[in-house]
Amino acid sequence: MILFRIFREVLRRPLGVLSAGVLIALYTAALLADVLAPYATNEQDLERTYHPPTALVWHDGSLQVQAYELVDPTEAKYAAVVGQSYPLRWWGQGFEYRFLGLFKTQRHLLTIDGAEGRLYLLGSDSTGRDVFSRLLYGARVSLFIGLLGITITTTLGFLVGGLSGYFGGRFDFVAMRCVEFMMAMPGLYLLLALRSALAPHFESDQMFFVIVVILSLIGWAGTARVLRGMTLSIRQHQYVMAAESMGQSPLVILRRHVLPNLVSYLLVAATLSIPGYILGEAALSFLGLGIQEPSASWGLMLSQAQDVKVFYLNFWWLLTPGFAIFVTVIAYNILGDVLRDIVDPKMKTR
Amino acid sequence: MERRIVVGATNTMIAFILRRLLTLIPLLLGITMLVFILMSLAPGDFLTPVKAQRDVPAELIQAIETEFGLDRPWYIQYVKWLGNVVQGNLGHSWAYKLPVVDLIGQRLWATFLLSLAAFVFAWGVAIPLGVLAAIYKDSIFDRIVSALAYAALSVPEFFLALLFVFLAAQTGWFPLGGATSIEYDYLSFAGKCADRAYHLILPTLALGIGSIASIMRIMRANFLDTIRAEFVTTARAKGLSEFVVMFKHVLRNAINPLVSSFGFAFSGLLSGALMVEIVLQYPGLGQLMYQSILREDQFVVLASVMMGCSMLVFGNLLADVLLAWSDPRIRLEKKK
Repeated sequence: MILFRIFREVLRRPLGVLSAGVLIALYTAALLADVLAPYATNEQDLERTYHPPTALVWHDGSLQVQAYELVDPTEAKYAAVVGQSYPLRWWGQGFEYRFLGLFKTQRHLLTIDGAEGRLYLLGSDSTGRDVFSRLLYGARVSLFIGLLGITITTTLGFLVGGLSGYFGGRFDFVAMRCVEFMMAMPGLYLLLALRSALAPHFESDQMFFVIVVILSLIGWAGTARVLRGMTLSIRQHQYVMAAESMGQSPLVILRRHVLPNLVSYLLVAATLSIPGYILGEAALSFLGLGIQEPSASWGLMLSQAQDVKVFYLNFWWLLTPGFAIFVTVIAYNILGDVLRDIVDPKMKTR
Repeated sequence: MERRIVVGATNTMIAFILRRLLTLIPLLLGITMLVFILMSLAPGDFLTPVKAQRDVPAELIQAIETEFGLDRPWYIQYVKWLGNVVQGNLGHSWAYKLPVVDLIGQRLWATFLLSLAAFVFAWGVAIPLGVLAAIYKDSIFDRIVSALAYAALSVPEFFLALLFVFLAAQTGWFPLGGATSIEYDYLSFAGKCADRAYHLILPTLALGIGSIASIMRIMRANFLDTIRAEFVTTARAKGLSEFVVMFKHVLRNAINPLVSSFGFAFSGLLSGALMVEIVLQYPGLGQLMYQSILREDQFVVLASVMMGCSMLVFGNLLADVLLAWSDPRIRLEKKK
């Protein structure tokens, strides 16, 4: 199996192991968000808005969370209360959730003892919600939108590109003019226009799918164009002609004889274009046109950081979603390059 | 579009340019129609907020409704709009109370200036970096530059812009946004230029850094490919100095493929400019488009989409012409 062989090759390269490891860790964290997050997405605490990250101190032989008090409410200044701290508890009780949709539980990896204190590993936002917890829940949206989007785009691109490369003629002409049309539009402009037309017809919790569909509608054109060219050259091979003369239907030929030749290209192209979807979602949500409150997504969280108050009072922890996006994108880019080196050593740039 | 290797003539070049400009017409027709359909799918129209304003007389609204056929289905509206556009009337912006032509004119200028600045900055930095990284391949310099390029490629533009706003707010070194200061109108000409340039620094950096990385990587790879070519060995065998070989022989050949990516680079800048403009509150075309979509300022959206697409097509066209000019082996020929 070619995918298995490629995977083994990835594990032989240090950069491959690093990037794949980072991605696996990110996706696992997103899946286990309920367990890892100390608070629910919307657990507000209006007494503690823009709280800085809480320090962890060693006290009484255990790891404890430093206690803070509000010094200046207008500037959201907090000061550590000397000598007061709350013990951290591993695997303690918190809000109730369904573990992977299977059974109900209240256990969380990290909770805090004492109703007074709050555990803010990465600070709190304008309504006192825990940024760390929201980052984990936001990862679900931001990370899986890429996977879902690329699946739709690749399928659509393969169908259009494969069929037009295989049949040629009028179908090819129409399909390629459509592709050129799509590629001639500035992507973000089209994104905005599509979103403003589609959004009013959907509920806000369906927004996730609306965005996936919009991003895929824009993204398929490039894939289709490349796949058409590859199909054109593959169909000249004798085994395709043999299959044709045996009377196999075009769809079967595309799936059984053409697709296996494209797998390695598709793998590389998909890995390198997933960041585009993650960035697209982030940009839309950032503009307030994507995922809506109270759901969380990295782009939506970043849009909170656009407040003048945040700039001047240096609430830097509100920028962490941006770093999360950065880490994800760089991991995908490195993995994509590693995959390309494996699949096609001629294209190697180093 | 196809490129054939034949002996070229100026005539073919002009014919090529004309043909490419002709393809702009169906493209613009298709795109504006698409936008028209999309906007008619959205509830309400641009008159909804106007009707709520008390200072607009009902007769005027009536007149506009008939002028643009707003009470009719979208295709009739579209034909009416097209008729107006052909006569040079792009309509009226309700949000800004200005003719769309004037509005777009100001904004297009600003976006063009920003894209151009980012472009010059990116290419000016990326090409020397790429060349040096290729010449000193596998040195520490090469490794550091390549790693930085990787990082720069992966930062979203709007996040970079956001970081710059943070920097500006914390240090006070740069303006927080906008294209000009409040006292702009009272400055001398030189002062005006300086003021604009000062406001352009952050948007240019935010927009340019991402493209530096990609241009640099292409440049480095091209340069490395060209170094291995036989004419380079010949040049060295002739006893030419290494400097002449690298900059006269290798660089000229290695830069050709980059010229063809010029158009894409430009279009990428245009799309990217939208986010940077919004975050840094730079009054350009992208910001205008975003705000008018939110306000359903239909004619402004249509006009800015048209401008955006045209700039893209011109960028690609310029790339092809430049390529033909820089590489004598490539001539633009009629489609067979």
